[in-house]
Amino acid sequence: MRDKRLTTKRDGGRPNAAAHSLPKTASGIRGLDEITVGGFPRGRTTLLCGAAGCGKTLFGMEFLVRGATEYAEPGVCISFDETGEELAANVASLGFDLKDLAARKLLAIDHVYIERSQIEETGEYDLEGLFLRLAYAVDSTKAKRVLLDSVETLFAGIGNESILRAELRRLFRWLKERGLTAVVTAERGENTLTRHGIEEYISDCVILLDHRVTEAVTTRRLRVVKYRGSSHGTNEYPFLIDTDGISVLPLTSLELNQEASDKRVSTGIAALDAMLGGEGYFRGSSILLSGTAGTGKTSLAAHFVDAACARGERCLSFSFEESAPQIVRNMRSIGVNLGQWVDEGVLRFQSIRPSTFGLEMHLVMMHKLIAEFNPSIVVVDPLTALLSAGAEFEAQSMVLRLVDFLKSKGITALMTSLANVSAPTQQTDVQISSIVDTWISLRDIESSSERNRGLYVLKARGLAHSNQIREYVITGNGIQFRDVYLGGEMLTGSARIAQEAKDATAMVLEAEESQRKKAILERRSKVLESQIAALQLELESEGQELRQLAAQGELRTRKLNDDQRVMQKSRAAEPELAPKSAKKESSRK
Amino acid sequence: MSTKAQPSRVLDRPLDPPLDLPGEVWNLRLYVAGQTAKSLQAFANLKRICEEHLAGRYNIEIIDLVKQPQLAAGDQILALPTLVRKLPEPIRKIIGDLSNTDRVLVGLDLRTKE
Repeated sequence: MRDKRLTTKRDGGRPNAAAHSLPKTASGIRGLDEITVGGFPRGRTTLLCGAAGCGKTLFGMEFLVRGATEYAEPGVCISFDETGEELAANVASLGFDLKDLAARKLLAIDHVYIERSQIEETGEYDLEGLFLRLAYAVDSTKAKRVLLDSVETLFAGIGNESILRAELRRLFRWLKERGLTAVVTAERGENTLTRHGIEEYISDCVILLDHRVTEAVTTRRLRVVKYRGSSHGTNEYPFLIDTDGISVLPLTSLELNQEASDKRVSTGIAALDAMLGGEGYFRGSSILLSGTAGTGKTSLAAHFVDAACARGERCLSFSFEESAPQIVRNMRSIGVNLGQWVDEGVLRFQSIRPSTFGLEMHLVMMHKLIAEFNPSIVVVDPLTALLSAGAEFEAQSMVLRLVDFLKSKGITALMTSLANVSAPTQQTDVQISSIVDTWISLRDIESSSERNRGLYVLKARGLAHSNQIREYVITGNGIQFRDVYLGGEMLTGSARIAQEAKDATAMVLEAEESQRKKAILERRSKVLESQIAALQLELESEGQELRQLAAQGELRTRKLNDDQRVMQKSRAAEPELAPKSAKKESSRK
Repeated sequence: MSTKAQPSRVLDRPLDPPLDLPGEVWNLRLYVAGQTAKSLQAFANLKRICEEHLAGRYNIEIIDLVKQPQLAAGDQILALPTLVRKLPEPIRKIIGDLSNTDRVLVGLDLRTKE
């Protein structure tokens, strides 16, 4: 058998390998084709089972309608439960116009109905009539897709179960032989996938739908139980039925292979940009703003959004606490006009109560809106409100999925988190923190009977960020950062102002003091200088005296010699001898 | 087996061989899929029963769904062969090759179920 060979898992079930190994028919249902890596097995039958009211028929109908409208594959619906009119009315709410499709020969609906009370069974029979009707419908539309909804109704209508089972087996084989991609729905049984064991005839692909209520919140979920010859997502995926049909959420495509952009995006506040290394956040990264109540998380987010919208980027803001007009009004009070961006269509608010539906539904809704609006920035305010809608583990995994999804789309995500006053870093924060790239903590700083606000960057992956706690004030002109007080410990508010005044006074006093000291010193040095000058004068006068004395001495000596000479002359002493003997006498000495 | 109340018929419950109101014509339609053994068997059985119980006041219309598949939906035909009693009303259906005569008679309201 061919599909035996295909059952071997290859390449760790990588999508491409699987897509090549087994031809598939795209269901056209959002998200489902990602989970099933391409859709339902082409030319085979897929079993769709689930309890009443979980959306089996809608799933099947969307498969047919999408095929007819988007893939040029007409479809046939053999409905055992509802008439064509009922079906048309039911799916009209999803925006499907079955009558139009039928008129264009893209869809044929045949309502097969058995009233057992009207039927007597005598002897041999088979269900050839069903085959002929199906064949007729398929031929008249050249159908590629078939929906049998729900085949188990036959068990109520046909008394002879052994004939019915044999005929069902033949039916599925017939569908395969005709190369029809079929979806068969069946009611979920007590302990089995289907009440009447249809799964034993359909072995290619089995999808289970579920509809669960937990804590008064209902969530529809889908799981691919089996997909022979193909890899597939094995988790339970929530899905949403709304006016555009079904959206399945392929939640955990958790391969860490997102693009990492080097581009930066401004926070909307120059001082904060500077704290993050000059240019703000990384584009496509995820940012968590955590802080206690009233620290200005929403305001900070508003600045970010405002700056982005001013650059012409599209922003989508999910708000779980305030309505859109309320946010616009409140932000206007701090000088941020978000209303203009809403009017221009670059900003969209989605305000919804967290308790409206379960976590997953929120996520599905967000996925859908993001796909519709195509924003480059998404704000979730506050994330913690959303987390209250689910259990702790669920919450974390949901945030992970959300962040993962936004990253894969290259969307910059700003999420706020309300921290407990008593414990500024909550458990949830810690859990989320490993997922986010940048974590900015806003906190109250209480001192001298005042509350002031301080901001610091707890972490910023890949950014040379500041380690300072910066004070900021929320003014009528938005958030403004105060200059850093450089004198040791951090002071905020009036304490900072007082300290600054004190510092200023001290500086004036100090200046005066030094001026005074300088004057004294100058005076002293002048005195000394004058003393030096006096001494210098003294020195000079003494030198003069000395020279006078020397000159007098010389004069005296000369006079003495002259006198002697005069004396010699007058005594008529031998002029030649006398000096010689005098010389000899002096050398002898 | 029939759960539907049929008061008019309770009064003139037919005896065996039953004779309905004189002049009432039975319109019977037999759906088959080609000339299979089952089809031929069913037709033969029907013919015999009608001759025995409704001689002279019955019509049998045979519809081959292989040739005219579009006619299957009208009478909600699923199993083949199927015999449909169009007249007298209400419509009754009997599926199978009609080999069990008693059940055919009950099914056609020619005899009440014991």
